[in-house]
Amino acid sequence: MRLQLSPEMEAFRDEMRTFFTTQVPQEIRDTIAARRHLTREQYVHAQQVLNAAGLAVPHWPVEWGGKDWTPLQRHIWREEMQLASVPEPLAFNTSMIGPVIAAFGDQEQKERFLARTAALDIWWCQGFSEPDAGSDLASLRTTAVRDGDEWVVNGQKTWTTLGQYADWIFCLVRTDPTAEKKQRGISMLVFPMDTPGVTLRPIQLIDGGHEVNEVFFEDVRVPAENLIGEENRGWDYAKFLLGNERVGIARVGATKKLIAQAKEFAREISSGGRPLSEDPRTTARIAELENELMALELTALRVVANSADGKPHPASSVLKLRGSELQQAATELIVDLAGPLSLASFADGGSQVPDWARVATPEYLNYRKVSIYGGSNEVQRTIIAGTILGL
Amino acid sequence: MDFTYDSEQNDLREAVRGLLQRAYSDSERRRQVAGTDPGFDEKTWTQLAEMGVLGLPFAEEHGGMGAGPIEVGVVAEEMGRVLAPEPFVEAVVLAGGLVAAVGTDAQRTAVLGPLSEGTSVLAFAHAEPAARWSASASAVTATQAGDGWTLTGVKEPVANGARADVLVVSAAVGGGTALFLVQGDAAGLTRTGYRTHDGGRAANVTFDGTPAELLGEGTADRAADVERAQALARIAYSNEAVGAMDTALRTTSEYLKTRKQFGVTLNRFQALTFRAADMYVSLELARSTALWASMVADAGGDVVVAGDRARLQTSRAGRHIGKEAIQLHGGIGVTAEYSVGHYTSRLTAIDHLLGDGDWAADRLAASVDSYPTVDPLGAPYTR
Repeated sequence: MRLQLSPEMEAFRDEMRTFFTTQVPQEIRDTIAARRHLTREQYVHAQQVLNAAGLAVPHWPVEWGGKDWTPLQRHIWREEMQLASVPEPLAFNTSMIGPVIAAFGDQEQKERFLARTAALDIWWCQGFSEPDAGSDLASLRTTAVRDGDEWVVNGQKTWTTLGQYADWIFCLVRTDPTAEKKQRGISMLVFPMDTPGVTLRPIQLIDGGHEVNEVFFEDVRVPAENLIGEENRGWDYAKFLLGNERVGIARVGATKKLIAQAKEFAREISSGGRPLSEDPRTTARIAELENELMALELTALRVVANSADGKPHPASSVLKLRGSELQQAATELIVDLAGPLSLASFADGGSQVPDWARVATPEYLNYRKVSIYGGSNEVQRTIIAGTILGL
Repeated sequence: MDFTYDSEQNDLREAVRGLLQRAYSDSERRRQVAGTDPGFDEKTWTQLAEMGVLGLPFAEEHGGMGAGPIEVGVVAEEMGRVLAPEPFVEAVVLAGGLVAAVGTDAQRTAVLGPLSEGTSVLAFAHAEPAARWSASASAVTATQAGDGWTLTGVKEPVANGARADVLVVSAAVGGGTALFLVQGDAAGLTRTGYRTHDGGRAANVTFDGTPAELLGEGTADRAADVERAQALARIAYSNEAVGAMDTALRTTSEYLKTRKQFGVTLNRFQALTFRAADMYVSLELARSTALWASMVADAGGDVVVAGDRARLQTSRAGRHIGKEAIQLHGGIGVTAEYSVGHYTSRLTAIDHLLGDGDWAADRLAASVDSYPTVDPLGAPYTR
């Protein structure tokens, strides 16, 4: 038992902190801190800065740019990045398709994709969910039928995040409709978004933004060599990928940053003749949230310390479940601090409402997504009840 | 940073678990013990002493084992796991801890030796009938009488106050609080014991010119020492609560798998399994916090803030898990013959002994605006 970081880890943390706060352009970090959207170019630039320093894909195999770090180092890396308001490397590239190709792709695919995926020279998007396959992902209906050296894809995907920026899509498709278990007949295909027959349609969200899309496939012809891994093993790759997705999803550093910002905002707003930062109900709410977040951070540290051979600890479902709830609680707190000012959501020039108060409610509404994506919180409860409690 | 127990700590856990599970292999045995004065099993107390548990945190020169807060947490968790009624936290961590922190060398040897050997039970007489949680005393006053002191006033409820061989008593002196040792057979001492809802014992302890020995030297205000000892006890109670919550959840899960209604076992009902999953989340977050707080104490960090954090987290978790454990059982959960309700009762007692969740949240709230973020691995939690 030892609470302190070792001197080596202290030094590592300082190194990360220094890099993130000095090497990533201030304008990009300010935009993240202000909870405003980055342009495509800003995303790419930030990731290329990280990648040039070997900090975009430290969790990948060393051969493909990984760092062979301990779970604790990865935790510190992620935490410092979030605290510094550095945009995280695009998850679709670095946490999802990259690790899948590195683990299950053939040599040619690795050479073709991995370096460009790490550098965000290829922007990937995710073709998993469908209108009738949400939490029940394995019931997906998009088909791929073999025709000579090609697969012919037909169907529809949805919730495709930032698909409008994407160069390529990784897709779960049904390749064996006769399989006894629906999970068995699924494969993973990758193809460019400008392949003939691919149509993207934006979905407008309640925060007023364009973040997700529907993607339609009509006789999309995909070369056979774009199948990742083995035919009909796509479900295994999807589970591997979603497990990766869940580990980083607690976003403790990001929520910590939000709470720190909330404390500053509370000083700006007065209520009953004193700043909200002196209001007992407000400070007690912050104290409770902060304590819950600390408990989550400590649980994350316990989980990373016990993750053997890269497999997610069963308690990682706790991280997703509670991490999403705390992100939402922090965004809700900020809306409540803004109070009536939060109505000025789309005010532009000429408004005297501070920017944080304008963005508060759209962000709060946007963050309803975090308890839904990555395996909804109800799916996480099912995993905890089944896998951990044996119910 | 390393969150794993070493082999000696694991051995200690195995030994304590073995002893307590033999003693309380079924909940009926605990009910029998709790139903008879002094509310715990003297034989088990002696066995704990023989294992070194009762002297765990004290220096070897005073008869103890020289172990630290991590080991204390391990024992407390095992006590909670079976609801062992022996007053480990009350007598050893809190009352003994005060003697170790404040007493003179001679007092430490005289009091902690017999405590460690199991021949003397200690209690901390501090709570007052008209006061809530505090580190200072007002209802008992101390008066200097020649070379010694006398105490007058009332302490209540004093956990194990009637059984204790020696009382550590807080009393008002001048503008501050001093600590005293009072022998169980002292003149002018009246103790009226009663049962507590969780199967333990407490007492009204009335002092009427009762002779007392000043603990430590001088009458400087000891409120900060009391605060610190209570913080260490809060941390130990948090570990005890984790043990109790773990069993409450395990018992509930087993029940859901076996109890049938509508022709199926209860674990077929998602309304119930989802609630069990939420209990697991509460438990794991509380476990992390309790373990962390023990590590803060071990690292020489700020135990008062760490104690408040652990208190807040285990208070919320204890109420959640305690209430849900009964509800998911249904009627049997509130019967005395079934175990789970007793866990809820004990969690409720722990929640109110040294400050509840709201109380801890208010204390933490007072300083949230003085730092930007909490770093559990940094200052003030590590030196």
